[in-house]
Amino acid sequence: MIPGSFDYHCPTTVDEAVALLGEYGEEARAIAGGHSLIPMMKLRLAAPEHLIDLRRIDSMRGISRDAGSIVIGATTTQAEIIVSPVIAADLPILSETATLIADPQVRAVGTIGGNVANGDPGNDMPALMQCLGADYVLKGPGGERTVAARDFYEGTYFTALEEGELLTAIRIPQPPAGIGWAYEKLKRKVGDYATAAAAVLLKMDGDTCSFASVALTNVGDTPLFAAEAAEALVGSKLDAAAINAAVAAAEAITNPASDGRGPAEYRTKMAGVMVRRAIARARNRAA
Amino acid sequence: MAKTHVKMTVNGKQVEALVEPRTLLIHFIREELELTGPHIGCETSHCGACTLDIDGKSVKSCTMFAVQANGADIHTIEGMAEADGTLHPLQDAFREMHGLQCGFCTPGMITRAYRLLQENPNPSDEEIRMGISGNLCRCTGYQNIVAAIRLAAERMNGTQNREAAE
Repeated sequence: MIPGSFDYHCPTTVDEAVALLGEYGEEARAIAGGHSLIPMMKLRLAAPEHLIDLRRIDSMRGISRDAGSIVIGATTTQAEIIVSPVIAADLPILSETATLIADPQVRAVGTIGGNVANGDPGNDMPALMQCLGADYVLKGPGGERTVAARDFYEGTYFTALEEGELLTAIRIPQPPAGIGWAYEKLKRKVGDYATAAAAVLLKMDGDTCSFASVALTNVGDTPLFAAEAAEALVGSKLDAAAINAAVAAAEAITNPASDGRGPAEYRTKMAGVMVRRAIARARNRAA
Repeated sequence: MAKTHVKMTVNGKQVEALVEPRTLLIHFIREELELTGPHIGCETSHCGACTLDIDGKSVKSCTMFAVQANGADIHTIEGMAEADGTLHPLQDAFREMHGLQCGFCTPGMITRAYRLLQENPNPSDEEIRMGISGNLCRCTGYQNIVAAIRLAAERMNGTQNREAAE
């Protein structure tokens, strides 16, 4: 399995990378960790003539706090997220999710930017970004713009990213203090994509749920932001009726494929089970 | 397509070559440098047989281009033993504990286990299992691989394993 031929470019600045993407248009692909793109190139499902490697662009890497948000450079690896003190303190759900992605070698190289940008509904970070209300920073020939994760995904491998644009960073609003969180993923084995997975954030005001956010992985053509599932929880005491309503609302928006991970009906039910488990764990973590 | 000049350090030795950009690192290591310890198993970044230590990280070299390793410091299984042939404690432990049967996965297993023990010198059995979860073995059932890594960790630390001590 040998990829087709291509010319290799290794820019050191974002402007240089954007210029190269503009120059070569649809013949060019950006490569970060390459753990989605290189397998596609080996299968000749992708055959870019120009590969723009982002690995030497220092400004696209790293995790920082900025005005109530956490900013993660697109080429920050999953392994770097797992060991980051900023993530451990402010966004532990990110570390929990990254640990469920692939295996140690893949996490050492695979990046969060690649995970969210390539539009594979099997990827775990997109639903989490929707749950967290993250924004993606896109840079193109016309300058910089921001697109919400909840508006970014259009279909399998189709996103709001336009030709010549590069996703350079992710901005995640810092969740309020005392928030409960969980990412629940059902998979057949280490390294597998989710049969179904759910991200849940909850805030409790005494016994009453005052805020909730729910999103689903790999049970549709895109990650799914489950607004109605969250609405079923807010204002409730997270009693059985409210949780059942949230699970039903989440199941209702799924449209999974029947594949090796199971028939569609099963995967829809598993999405509900993941939501139920994530609510329970998030509740236990909420202050 | 133009060939690209690359320069890297492999097992402490400077290497320079002209490579086609599409050359996968594992092919460069095996076919150009003739270091055939790292194996090509699945070629789809699942099995871990091609694992190399690159700039202090375990990487599946079937899913990286040789040009991307320009400037890198790379270690393969061939660099594990000392110059006089003395085996690394991990190699010794794999032999003693029967941590291999057919041996196909072993170079990747040991290269990965080396980095795991650098990051976590005294891992629990669970941490060892998660640490090698990107390396598939079709013979052993993993029991003896875990035991070998535990033994190597004990010897490298000069201590008893944390779980055994508790």
